[in-house]
Amino acid sequence: MKICYYPGCTLKNQAKRLDDCARLSAEALGVTMEEIPEWQCCGGVYPMAKDEIATKLSSVRALDYAKHHGGTLLTLCSACHNVIKRVNNDMATEKSIRDKVNNYMRLDERYEGETKVIHYLEMLKDIVGFDNIKKAVKNPVNKKIGAYYGCLLLRPSNVMAFDNPENPTILEDFISAIGGTPVKYPFRNECCGAYVSLTNKSLTEQKSKKILESAAAVGAELVLTACPLCYYNLKKNGGDNVVYFTELLAKALGVTE
Amino acid sequence: MENFDIEYIKEISRTDVRKCMKCGKCSGRCPAFNDMDIKPHQFVTLLGQGKFDVLLKSKAIFSCLSCMACVERCPRGVAPANVIEAVRDTVERMQNGNAIKAEDIPPIVDDLIPQQLLVSAYRKYRK
Repeated sequence: MKICYYPGCTLKNQAKRLDDCARLSAEALGVTMEEIPEWQCCGGVYPMAKDEIATKLSSVRALDYAKHHGGTLLTLCSACHNVIKRVNNDMATEKSIRDKVNNYMRLDERYEGETKVIHYLEMLKDIVGFDNIKKAVKNPVNKKIGAYYGCLLLRPSNVMAFDNPENPTILEDFISAIGGTPVKYPFRNECCGAYVSLTNKSLTEQKSKKILESAAAVGAELVLTACPLCYYNLKKNGGDNVVYFTELLAKALGVTE
Repeated sequence: MENFDIEYIKEISRTDVRKCMKCGKCSGRCPAFNDMDIKPHQFVTLLGQGKFDVLLKSKAIFSCLSCMACVERCPRGVAPANVIEAVRDTVERMQNGNAIKAEDIPPIVDDLIPQQLLVSAYRKYRK
């Protein structure tokens, strides 16, 4: 099957590996990720203020395209997923934002949050199925792996509806499916320090180190993430064993070295 | 809604601070707590009390990670992160309110820095 895909700025540059491995793996699992044309950067962070309209337009353009091309928009970067899903929720539920955006965009047909936004992990779970991934695995990972969720996939849970925000399991289920042993640790849904690493390095350092220590304490040989910013912050602060979840998937499926 | 005043912050924050029952769970869960001069629960209280000048002087608005942990834990459906963002937006929308300048960026860029970080920080610290 084909599905509209929004890669985002970082997956075209610094996190190209996250994107490459995802596409190869999806193809091997029978899903073609069709990059939508002329997508624009989501902005990286969801603008919370009521009167932020211009900063939401790029997401709505992508969502509107997907609405007319299958009705589902696939994301991979945690930040893009968070921004686009929350903007979509605004378009469905906040009249003042919906009206202002539509008045400005003047689409042939109003956009009112119709598109379904799914993250790559949700695609693996709900469209492919973890059981089918298990069957397709050629090289089981055979390692103790700590899933690192961070914030963006989980919170706010009333909008993201991704998993239990306090005790998520989807990444652990993914790890089991590719033949690894998931190990749970207390800081797996803590914030890595995010964009504050640009202005307050010590805060990010404390947060990231705590997460890595927490994962090491339960014997994690690898730490998995879906977010390029978490990846950077953790790597910068001693996380030599941090990998993108798609890297492991591609390796397990035998589509990369 | 043109004046920068307490009503302006209340309006753009999209959250009802009157619902707060002052349990402090938001601050208890905040990963940036130690870096904040005004704590998340205090932002909510100060907004309710109309302390515009106190809010505007806060340095904590630049430590908030927008991780939404406070929002997740609030038993009353209040969103402290929204209040913090509304205060930061208000500060940055004023003249000379930006917290980073374009020329600050090149010296801190390294070989591994993800575009996401630059875009996000720019959105958070500049208007």
